[in-house]
Amino acid sequence: MWRALSLLALAAAISFGQTRIGKPATEDQIKAADITVFPDGRGLPAGKGTVAKGKDLFKSKCAVCHNDHGEGRQGQYPALVGGMGTINTPKPVKTVGSYWPYATTVFDYIRRAMPYDQPGTLQTDEIYSAVAFILNANGIIGENDEMNEKTLPKVKMPNRDGFIPDARPDVKAKR
Amino acid sequence: MKNPSRRRLLSVGAGLAALTSCSKKQEAPSALGAPMSPYGERSPREKSVRLTPPPDTKTPSTGASRTPLQDSYGIITPSALHFERHHSGIPDIDPAAHQLLIHGLVEQPLYYTVEDLKRFPSVTQIHFVECSGNGRTEYGNPAPTPQESHGLSSCSEWTGVPVKLLLAEAKLKPEAKWVIAEGADACRLTRSIPLDKLIDDAMIVYAQNGEPIRPAQGYPMRLFLPGWEGNTNIKWVHRLMAADGPSMTTHETAYYTDLLPNGKARQFSFELEAKSVITRPSGGQKLAFGPGQYEISGLAWSGRGKITRVEVSVDRGKTWKDAEMSQPAFSKAFTRFRLPWNWDGSATTLQSRCTDETGYLQPTADEMIEVRGRNFGYHNNSIKVWYIQADGSVSHVASA
Repeated sequence: MWRALSLLALAAAISFGQTRIGKPATEDQIKAADITVFPDGRGLPAGKGTVAKGKDLFKSKCAVCHNDHGEGRQGQYPALVGGMGTINTPKPVKTVGSYWPYATTVFDYIRRAMPYDQPGTLQTDEIYSAVAFILNANGIIGENDEMNEKTLPKVKMPNRDGFIPDARPDVKAKR
Repeated sequence: MKNPSRRRLLSVGAGLAALTSCSKKQEAPSALGAPMSPYGERSPREKSVRLTPPPDTKTPSTGASRTPLQDSYGIITPSALHFERHHSGIPDIDPAAHQLLIHGLVEQPLYYTVEDLKRFPSVTQIHFVECSGNGRTEYGNPAPTPQESHGLSSCSEWTGVPVKLLLAEAKLKPEAKWVIAEGADACRLTRSIPLDKLIDDAMIVYAQNGEPIRPAQGYPMRLFLPGWEGNTNIKWVHRLMAADGPSMTTHETAYYTDLLPNGKARQFSFELEAKSVITRPSGGQKLAFGPGQYEISGLAWSGRGKITRVEVSVDRGKTWKDAEMSQPAFSKAFTRFRLPWNWDGSATTLQSRCTDETGYLQPTADEMIEVRGRNFGYHNNSIKVWYIQADGSVSHVASA
């Protein structure tokens, strides 16, 4: 009870501006930290990439795990390419091409997490190129389509409409 | 692949059997014991450990270790045995250099150090954390021990600050509906969280079981969302961005989504449904005394509130008896249950089912697979069945 009261008192004090513990964050501080990308393209940095450049980059920095054509390796490293048309079958193959609903997620994930052992080392244009290569390998964009902050959010992924909200509790147990 | 835990046959009550059959009496100590120590260790005779990935894995920073639930007592998991699930390893963070930034759709972007957070009124709660992949084997290939089937769930006492107090300081704009939470690990793991949860009971926790939170659990601070799938409880949290919608990160699209047979996948399935498992006797153990008296013991938990009932069947699901439950029942926490059992020496099954305060009853695996198919992947909370053989061995399948 005392806890609930003290929380209420503090919340009230905060709302009246009597006290504040957090320190104001500067624009620079936020700019340096904010790498969030939204599906409509907000947050994407200016830059550009091509399938051709992505092919070279993939060979040197990605293929060691994801294999030469993005097909993955021995179940330990996920396939990025293929699996089209398998999602509603008993043996679904989930890849970027067959399963991921948004192209912006590919950019976001590569930027924050790849290459696996050296995340954060790729330049913006290299990331756009890697995305272009993976999308092209899945037959989603053409050989000469440039990926940049304007074109990437416009790419419609094949499984864009494949997701529905949580419907649980969905299993009714019999007593 | 050789897996020691699959081969290991533990005897229920074996320790007691050894003691009573021992011909040598324990002598009074004739030499002085060990001195005091600054940070304690358990007895070197105790060997219970987490189940870690095989040593030949090529990506040791990615994967999981599992809590040995079969060796557990009560409701608290020792911090050293709490399950781990990392996507890019455990970062080495100096708390003095770590800040939590709150920005986006707020009037005043702010940042906090751990010491700043400790100036707020603290909240201490007992809650489980569970990976939503816990139990994925049970969609068709039941695992042999509770550590392998249910060991991605652990329960601790957590201390921290309610997130709503931080958001009140930053003053949310009316358009804010979600918060994007990001960790300071190498992959900067990120999840989008509906704002309602952060206002309801979310915390930024800095302590676990009475000491600073362990590095594997997010040192120096972790977003804690009671009852929600483990992956959303962002460890090493360093940024909360208020937003008008989700950012559709990899871990809420490519992963942690549940595929139905019709090809549609459920997304943003946050709450963990009521689950229970008998931890003793369980797969890999043996009823060491032959027919006679045993105690059935296990754990139950629900992401939707308190466990209100646990029933146990010792006769292949024909009849169910109410088990005794640990008190008090904490919301979104482990509840320990137990039931005395007089084994008549015949082959049978043991299983438990729990009910939570919403009235939800834990289903069977068949009931779950009927609705969801076998490729659902996550969020399996079905009944776990242990098979007792006539020789007293306990297995996950009908015949060992």
